[in-house]
Amino acid sequence: MDADARREPWRETTDRRKEDEARMNIVVCVKYVPDAQSERTFQESDNTVDRAVDGLLSELDEYAVEEALKIVEAAGEGEVTVVTVGPGAAADALKKALQMGADKGVHVQDEALHGSDAVATSLVLAKAVEKATDGSPELVLTGMSSTDGVMGVVPAMLAERLGLPQVTYASELTVGDGKVTIRRDGDTASETIEASLPALVSVTDQINEPRYPSFKGIMAAKKKPVEAWSLADLGVDAGDVGLDAAWTAVVSFAKRPPREQGQLVTDEGDGGTKLAEFLSAQKFL
Amino acid sequence: MAEVLVLADHAGGRLRKATAELLTLARRLGEPSAVHVGPGADTAQKTYAKYGAHKVYVVDDADAGSYLVAPQAEVLAQLIEKVSPAAVLIPSNAAGKEIAARLAIKSGSGLITDAVDVRAGDDGAPETTQSVFAGSYTVTAKVTTGTPIICVKPNSAAIEASPEAGAVESVDVTISDAAKAAKITDAQPKKATGRPELTEAAIVVSGGRGTGGDFSPVEEFADSLGAAVGASRAAVDAGWYPHSNQVGQTGKQVSPQLYVAAGISGAIQHRAGMQTSKTIVAVNKDEEAPIFELVDFGVVGDLFSVLPQATAEVKKRKG
Ligand SMILES: Cc1cc2nc3c(=O)[nH]c(=O)nc-3n(C[C@H](O)[C@H](O)[C@H](O)COP(=O)(O)OP(=O)(O)OC[C@H]3O[C@@H](n4cnc5c(N)ncnc54)[C@H](O)[C@@H]3O)c2cc1C
Ligand SMILES: Cc1cc2nc3c(=O)[nH]c(=O)nc-3n(C[C@H](O)[C@H](O)[C@H](O)COP(=O)(O)OP(=O)(O)OC[C@H]3O[C@@H](n4cnc5c(N)ncnc54)[C@H](O)[C@@H]3O)c2cc1C
Repeated sequence: MDADARREPWRETTDRRKEDEARMNIVVCVKYVPDAQSERTFQESDNTVDRAVDGLLSELDEYAVEEALKIVEAAGEGEVTVVTVGPGAAADALKKALQMGADKGVHVQDEALHGSDAVATSLVLAKAVEKATDGSPELVLTGMSSTDGVMGVVPAMLAERLGLPQVTYASELTVGDGKVTIRRDGDTASETIEASLPALVSVTDQINEPRYPSFKGIMAAKKKPVEAWSLADLGVDAGDVGLDAAWTAVVSFAKRPPREQGQLVTDEGDGGTKLAEFLSAQKFL
Repeated sequence: MAEVLVLADHAGGRLRKATAELLTLARRLGEPSAVHVGPGADTAQKTYAKYGAHKVYVVDDADAGSYLVAPQAEVLAQLIEKVSPAAVLIPSNAAGKEIAARLAIKSGSGLITDAVDVRAGDDGAPETTQSVFAGSYTVTAKVTTGTPIICVKPNSAAIEASPEAGAVESVDVTISDAAKAAKITDAQPKKATGRPELTEAAIVVSGGRGTGGDFSPVEEFADSLGAAVGASRAAVDAGWYPHSNQVGQTGKQVSPQLYVAAGISGAIQHRAGMQTSKTIVAVNKDEEAPIFELVDFGVVGDLFSVLPQATAEVKKRKG
């Protein structure tokens, strides 16, 4: 209830419809990723990536969490649910989002998920979003891409699976009157894109400045509910996910020899000329 | 020989270079067919034929341009049903990857994105190369289920002409209302710079925080080389250059023949957008800057003196 409604209780009934619209339940998909600064490797045993490195909430998903919080704060009502599909340590990603201010978390975790590709991940996420919203999501937010797989495909796959309009790469987002409107910074134009709710929106790192969890937020997060769901809870057949069921396969991988240190010259008044000489020798001129 | 569908990347029939690259690569896997969604197919047909398209499927849906990726995914899904292609090749840019993503779900197929090479493997099925973890690993992968859907990064292949008929076949596909759920209601065109497009350019010259906001030495050097201009996120965040020119994880991924970084430190997120460039050059005041770990040639110096001198020398040599 907003302040006006509290002062004038009758408004509650007359403005019921409007309030229902303002009350947004938002699901944000957040991925737990290895720290970008850590050394990444593959596992020899099954060609999957080595996850035994420190991880965190994918930085680009912080923008989606922030945007969801802003929408709910502006509406004065609503709830933000953060969903992750990942190993036990992925609880850290949820924790960070809850500390920022999300209301509750959903952690889909199952041994069978190891080695899942994007198609399988999107299946599990779609089921989790459906379950978290009793089958009728209103607004689903995602990052523009993860910082590890960096495919940038899960949002479109989710939209396809959930049958939602897909409004991606938002650098501005407004929600209201039953629709979402975004601005997208395209290659040749700045575009305005519209879709009616329910919808899926992915956001870029241009959209806002994610907040740091406050001390209060950190304390409050400890009491926030986190549901743990297995594949069985979602009605997903374990045989449809994981490495063996993946529709793509890594045949082999090889560590690139480090780039050979190139030629370095210190400018002593002729640096530009030397640069041009290099380009000329390499036939760029 | 099986067909290989290539989704054309075009604006009103004006093709982007990636399309010719994909047609060139598709020949390794089968007979290329171009898929042209939207107007302008008659203009583009010659190019499709020149680069080896046996057929050109045309879906001239005037609406297609006003909607996001969903219509293209529906077109491709219906074509997969119809012609059972050996693979579908799509440019690995933001829109291409989303089209591929939806197509993968619709057609029950595996998806590989950001490939830098595609070829026929031992069993004849497509095999890809990806460069991952900031370029530290090279991965060979394949699609094991459905129709291989492969997104290939622009600038990954040298284009080669190999004329074929390019027979136009107009296809009737139904684009569902659901695919039209997200609509572009306004587009404010950006000012044309006359420079090549960032992801297609053979040479890219980028500026970072070290420019202090003055991009003129970067632009002048770029123009002397006929290059596109890029920027680091620090420069974009400061409002010095448009976001559409940002190179990196959250900007454009470029793979030019030559990449020049001026006043850019070489953060991992910046590298993610340029590490597959063939030749890398940097100008930076700080000899410890991480960008120098990547370079083929580096100048430790002030970009405000090095770039103008290089520009003058390039102009002189080019005559
Ligand atoms: C180097 C590398 C290369 C890979 N190549 C391929 C490939 O070619 N084909 C393939 O099918 N798979 C590939 N994978 C696996 C794939 O990355 C993962 O399966 C992943 O779940 C989906 O892709 P992404 O991380 O790139 O997500 P993106 O599509 O980049 O993610 C976008 C957004 O989706 C949401 N999201 C994504 N994953 C989750 C999650 N687990 N939980 C909650 N939200 C999520 C987040 O909001 C995120 O910001 C690769 C993985 C790596 C590490
Ligand atoms: C989630 C996320 C996504 C990101 N995505 C991107 C991205 O897509 N692209 C990107 O670029 N960054 C990205 N970043 C930011 C990245 O981490 C760096 O902060 C950014 O790349 C730094 O830009 P810079 O190199 O221009 O600035 P700095 O790191 O400040 O480097 C400036 C350099 O200029 C040099 N210099 C200064 N003056 C001169 C002079 N007169 N002549 C020569 N050299 C000079 C300095 O020695 C220094 O090395 C991302 C970060 C995050 C967290």
